[in-house]
Amino acid sequence: MTGREQMDSSEPGKSRSSSFRAGARSRGAFAPISVNLVLLVATGYFLLPVLWLVVAATKSRADLVSSFGFWFTSPQLLQNLSELFNEQDHVFGQWLLNSLLYSGVGALVGTALAAAAGYSLAVYKFRGREAIFSLILGSVLVPATALALPMFLAFAKVGLTDSYLSVLLPSIISPFGVYLSRIYTQAAVPTELLEAGRVDGASEWRIFRVVGLRLISPALVTVFLFQFVGIWNNFFLPLIMLQNDRLFPVTLGLFSWQSQLSREPQLLLLTVVGSFVSVVPLVITFLSLQRYWKAGLATGSVKG
Amino acid sequence: MVPFLLIFIAPIGYAIIQSLQKTVREGGLFGAPTTVWAGLDQYVRALNDQDFISSILRVLLFGVVQVPVMMVLALALALLLDSQSARLKRFHRLAIFAPYGIPGVVAALMWGFLYDPRLSPITDLLGKVGIVPDFLGAGNILWSIANVVTWTYAGYNMIIIYAALQALPADVLEAASIDGAGPWRLAMRIKVPLVAPALVLTAVFSIIGTLQLFTEPQVLRTITTNITSTYTPTIASYSAASANDYSYAAALSVLIALVSFILSFGFLRITSRWNGS
Repeated sequence: MTGREQMDSSEPGKSRSSSFRAGARSRGAFAPISVNLVLLVATGYFLLPVLWLVVAATKSRADLVSSFGFWFTSPQLLQNLSELFNEQDHVFGQWLLNSLLYSGVGALVGTALAAAAGYSLAVYKFRGREAIFSLILGSVLVPATALALPMFLAFAKVGLTDSYLSVLLPSIISPFGVYLSRIYTQAAVPTELLEAGRVDGASEWRIFRVVGLRLISPALVTVFLFQFVGIWNNFFLPLIMLQNDRLFPVTLGLFSWQSQLSREPQLLLLTVVGSFVSVVPLVITFLSLQRYWKAGLATGSVKG
Repeated sequence: MVPFLLIFIAPIGYAIIQSLQKTVREGGLFGAPTTVWAGLDQYVRALNDQDFISSILRVLLFGVVQVPVMMVLALALALLLDSQSARLKRFHRLAIFAPYGIPGVVAALMWGFLYDPRLSPITDLLGKVGIVPDFLGAGNILWSIANVVTWTYAGYNMIIIYAALQALPADVLEAASIDGAGPWRLAMRIKVPLVAPALVLTAVFSIIGTLQLFTEPQVLRTITTNITSTYTPTIASYSAASANDYSYAAALSVLIALVSFILSFGFLRITSRWNGS
């Protein structure tokens, strides 16, 4: 939270009459009621599909089609969940674990690489440094889906497709992470500190680990989060890389169920419940770590 | 550190080179497939492919409408949240941002269910007042997709703009309101110009996102026949790859990457000229 916001939220505690008078004078066209009304309508729009999903996940097959979608009818969430996890030899649990593996390992390795690359781009002056940085910035502008297909062709050549590695390897690349790490290193790591380390006889690797990593760790949390969510939400890459449904991440698994609906209509309820389950852990992590998002986004937009 | 950099850059470079290599080979039609150098044949083919051209025009139309709508929505929400009158700021901010954490596949599935007349409570409700919407019809489907995309990313853009608004120096805003600027003038004349860099950033990412439009239409394809196998450029290249037409698929990928690079780079150039820097 920034200082300005804290001031805002402490305002109601002040003398009510004075803040009311100030408001009446300066608010004019932006009447508080209309501001808050518009906000409520907007929030309703963003929450409505989520409400539907939560409600629908608790319904029986018959109620899902026949009852009113925005309210509960004889909830049976636990029964639905056990059916979901027992379907097709526990394949859904496997998908969740796969997603966790792809996102966790991919984001961890990706963040480490981005930190090292960003740090070296910020600290060391070497021939072609700016060219490399421009290349990285340029690759932020190249859509990931346009790269996925060439990667598939390359992996097919060396027989890597349809494996864990085929999804993990492309996932660890994060030009945006390198960009953020470089910007943050420039802002947060003073050159004098590095010089002091060198004078004390520390190796470059040691300085990076002990001084650099520690100082840029707030930015690294942001890079990690972005990559984690990015990989978790990725769809195109696993879609073209994977054939074996035991390797699917949860997004691809749900899509495969959805595409079988015309042949196997009983999968409809499971697709709904599965969508619900796949969202819950992400939304929780996401909301509880919100301040890191804001920090990272502010760095990206203001300093960029 | 340089080795790290090489590991990092190599896959990107390799992918691009590979795609170029592939595009200049061609599988034989009869007998064992052989790969031959075909020069720019695949690109000529792509540029003469009416379906591919119309898919590009389709996403351009989509982008021209959807990106500004989403940006205005995100900016308006950020300004409202930043205004003195707003209450429950934290709640609103989280609720508006939350869709970004929902996978595109799941978002498209959810909205697909809400569009599907067999399941949707929305069509139920509208039906009661005599409106029968056809969200999945040929004329509406593009805008139904636009709605899913807007729903997913408006909150993300809002947060970026909001963070920039929060970082504005308080004394500038104070001086303006002492000079008699009301909230509307304050927002339009002071805040919006000052957060212009954040707006440019979010617009560029939105343009890139538009050109790779894939997940939403691909998921909605399972419930409507109005999305063809060449509906967007990325679906077209995916379809080509599914049909084992790899060289053509690679050519399409390169073209998509090129077009989106040119567009977003051009947009950056134009806006930086506006800002006089």
